[in-house]
Amino acid sequence: MSLASESTDLAPALPGDLPYAEPSMAGVDDYLALMKPRVMSLVVFTALVGLMVAPGHFHPVLAFFALLCIAVGAGAAGALNMWYDADIDAVMSRTAARPVPAGRVQPGEALAFGMTLAVGSVVFLGLMVNWLAAGLLAFTIAFYAVIYTMWLKRWTPQNIVIGGAAGAFPPMIGFAAATGGIGLESILLFLIIFFWTPPHFWALGLLRADEYARAGVPMLPVVAGIAETRRQILIYSLVLAPVGMSPWLLGYAGLAYGIVAIAGGALMVALAWQLRGAPTGASPAGVAAAKRLFAYSILYLFVLFAVLLIEQVLGLRQFGAISIGVLS
Amino acid sequence: MNPPISEQPGIVLTEEQKRRRRARSLAIALSLGALVLLVYIVTVVKLGPGVLNRPL
Repeated sequence: MSLASESTDLAPALPGDLPYAEPSMAGVDDYLALMKPRVMSLVVFTALVGLMVAPGHFHPVLAFFALLCIAVGAGAAGALNMWYDADIDAVMSRTAARPVPAGRVQPGEALAFGMTLAVGSVVFLGLMVNWLAAGLLAFTIAFYAVIYTMWLKRWTPQNIVIGGAAGAFPPMIGFAAATGGIGLESILLFLIIFFWTPPHFWALGLLRADEYARAGVPMLPVVAGIAETRRQILIYSLVLAPVGMSPWLLGYAGLAYGIVAIAGGALMVALAWQLRGAPTGASPAGVAAAKRLFAYSILYLFVLFAVLLIEQVLGLRQFGAISIGVLS
Repeated sequence: MNPPISEQPGIVLTEEQKRRRRARSLAIALSLGALVLLVYIVTVVKLGPGVLNRPL
């Protein structure tokens, strides 16, 4: 039996599901949307930084190919997520227009597309670059599509804390592609994204708590309330700030990075503190503080990684210069 | 009484469905072409001068 016809039995049913496959109305742009291009761009950027800060020389063509495989792998994870989560996406205004809940792409098409890209990206990364990077990419796709999407997201308010690891792996994959190993540097980059994810997504969760509740997703604001979510955001921000500084503190990044990490981390904590002190309920001040933190968190992560990249390109960095043993 | 299945028209695509299928087919063709070209280039880069060093 084909993957397409089986898919509706594997994923939660959508309202109005048909027992047969209609001729596809999917356009090329719908397939591109399945790959979550905005998430993909962040993945490519962080993987590029992981790849660039790695010690040693990596041929630009191989680097481009590795990044392409990582991008396609991220797209595959996005497509598999959209296939499985179509029932949740259908009841949330932010996601209701996605190709599967909108009916432009059949669930089976999304599943087949995601699986094809996942296998293709992993196999080509393994054959052309190295199998450690390919293994990490395969683990990341499986972690996001199975552990996070199918299990954690619908089961625990810690979903995005644990699931955040999937978003934190790309720089490690980039580093592994370039070196064939996992250095302490790439672990630091992993930790930065890992501890950045909860305050970032919970700020969004605070703004969309009603929709998550309607969709039955146990996000922290839905389960534990606004006050507890704000407290957790502050705690994670307090952890994130020193973790963000760690590449500089451990001698892997230059002074420019250190200054940006200190200032950026302090502002992150300040905004989380401001959010914690805002009136609870649907107060405009609370909403504004959550929006501010959400927007700033994106800028914070982007600037941290951009400065690492600039230091590397300009030769100002110490990243990799005193590499603590690449663990092959 | 319905005509035999072999004589039924089956699924007839609308013009819009045909147009979208053509666009998807073209995108697949271009993607496969790009992949072939990329794999060729990467192979040459990986093997370098060794690409000529093989038993005949």
